[in-house]
Amino acid sequence: MSVTIEVRNIVKKFGDFTALDNVSLKVGDGELLALLGPSGSGKTTLLRIIAGLDWPEAGEVTIDGEDALGRGASERHVGFVFQHYALFRHMTVFENVAFGLRVQPRAIRKDEQAIRARVKELLDLVQLDWLSDRYPSQLSGGQRQRIALARALAIEPRILLLDEPFGALDAKVRKELRQWLRSLHQEIHVTSIFVTHDQEEALEVANRVVVMDKGRIEQIGTPGEVYDNPATAFVHGFIGESIVLPVDVSDGAVRLGGKPLNIAANGAAPGASKLFVRRHDMQIGPAGGGSLEGAVRRVRSFGPIQRAEVALADSEGKTVIEIDAPRDRELQAGEIISLEPRRYRIFAA
Amino acid sequence: MGLTLTWLSVIVLIPLAGLFLKTLDLSFDQFWSIITSRRTLSALRISFGLSFAAACVNLVMGTIIVWALVRYRFPGRRLFDAIVDIPFALPTAVAGVALTQLFAQKGWLGAPLAELGIKVAFTPIGIFVAMVFIGIPFVVRTVQPVLIDLDPEIEEAAASLGANRWHTVFRVILPSLIPALLTGFALAFARAVGEYGSVIFIAGNLPNVSEIAPLLIVIRLSEFRYADATAIAVVMLLASFVIIFAVNRLQRWAQTRIPTH
Repeated sequence: MSVTIEVRNIVKKFGDFTALDNVSLKVGDGELLALLGPSGSGKTTLLRIIAGLDWPEAGEVTIDGEDALGRGASERHVGFVFQHYALFRHMTVFENVAFGLRVQPRAIRKDEQAIRARVKELLDLVQLDWLSDRYPSQLSGGQRQRIALARALAIEPRILLLDEPFGALDAKVRKELRQWLRSLHQEIHVTSIFVTHDQEEALEVANRVVVMDKGRIEQIGTPGEVYDNPATAFVHGFIGESIVLPVDVSDGAVRLGGKPLNIAANGAAPGASKLFVRRHDMQIGPAGGGSLEGAVRRVRSFGPIQRAEVALADSEGKTVIEIDAPRDRELQAGEIISLEPRRYRIFAA
Repeated sequence: MGLTLTWLSVIVLIPLAGLFLKTLDLSFDQFWSIITSRRTLSALRISFGLSFAAACVNLVMGTIIVWALVRYRFPGRRLFDAIVDIPFALPTAVAGVALTQLFAQKGWLGAPLAELGIKVAFTPIGIFVAMVFIGIPFVVRTVQPVLIDLDPEIEEAAASLGANRWHTVFRVILPSLIPALLTGFALAFARAVGEYGSVIFIAGNLPNVSEIAPLLIVIRLSEFRYADATAIAVVMLLASFVIIFAVNRLQRWAQTRIPTH
């Protein structure tokens, strides 16, 4: 039962603000897709348009090959989970989950016994059957979100959309729920899209990640692809920690503050550019042994790494970068070291 | 704490106690014959019956008005929002005179209604109209903040679960408003029972037909039959208390089901 979602050339404006600027996307095959981006990137708006809670100015949305924009939210058969749960406060957990079944048109509505059986099955699925007589206000945040998910699944939606589903939860619960969502998805295999601003969450849960910024899609790829091969400067800066240095590219050489570095331009266009290096991709060597040189200012060690602040020599100590080094080479504050980017990317500034 | 108790005692409890003490001037038989006299019973029935009817109308119309004020943006919305408060602010006698003029046989509304054979001024219908008038802001003002606070996401959630507008309104929105609706209803009802100024102008005040209980009390007072007056007052007080208490319990029950947090 794999349902595809296709979004073509969607444009959405709120007054003068362009929330979505010609966005196209194809989701399919029981995928668990993450829409990742900072706030204001348009990710939630895109999700709401797919759900029928917002309408675009231009573009098309098809679900399972059928045009969706001609239908309202209640006719799309789409499960939606809200960041703040949006449970019905005056109904028990049981009635919340049963709601979608009770409001079905009479012709296809299940009888009471079948509804009870279905709700029980869903509460078992989210492992909260023991809470069925409680009211939402008596539940913890994590429990509420699982009930909201069970409620959305009750109508056997063609697709499942989750808007920052763990955004309102504390860090520990969030981690648990992430793993739980992943295994749940493996079990039910409904094509799902979830919105998040948390890169770790997107990389850990999704099998594909769509990185958005300012109403545009910057990159679509697997978690590995977007992390290791960021397509744009934005993606490199947004996913994972990066060291960013202003460089100048000319004649295939890369210069930092006029001084050439021992790295190839890799086809980067000539002109002012930015060099992106992951913190752990800086090779540390003895003074005089690499492209960059600097003095260690401060070292903090935790777990398997030590994080060092290094003031680059050529900038007269004005540029301070943070690098992650393995613990096997102990760094001292005040020590002069050389640095060489092992892996890097150059993007036009 | 001490201040609260003292103040409430001075302002509310002591006068009420005085009321009860005054009725002790009467023997129980006298008390009973006063409150079961035809005129008293009619007045009480008119007061409570019409107040209840007016509060019911206010509950329905108030809900519709508050819905429009909160959910729709239309020209003059702020003006209409302010107009809702007029029955609060207007001296009740002014309201009474205005309504009487309006519904009198030659008034703007009275004349066309008279053609249809409906007489409003100087009949129980007039009392009812006045009670609706003074009660409407209570429902609107108690429900308004709750409706504003109601998360629009719960409507979206209902829609995404396949609910049509009807289901969303009657299964999701209205049940969430029940505590506020009950409070508004109780306030509008209590105000209508106690209303004097606006009603006596439009009522006609015929004993047994359009004479409200507060007016009967005033009449007894002007006849220096203080004990009679307080006897009626005590009955009104007890009846109001029972009704408010019942509404309160209902509200409590609704609130435990819909905890605000």
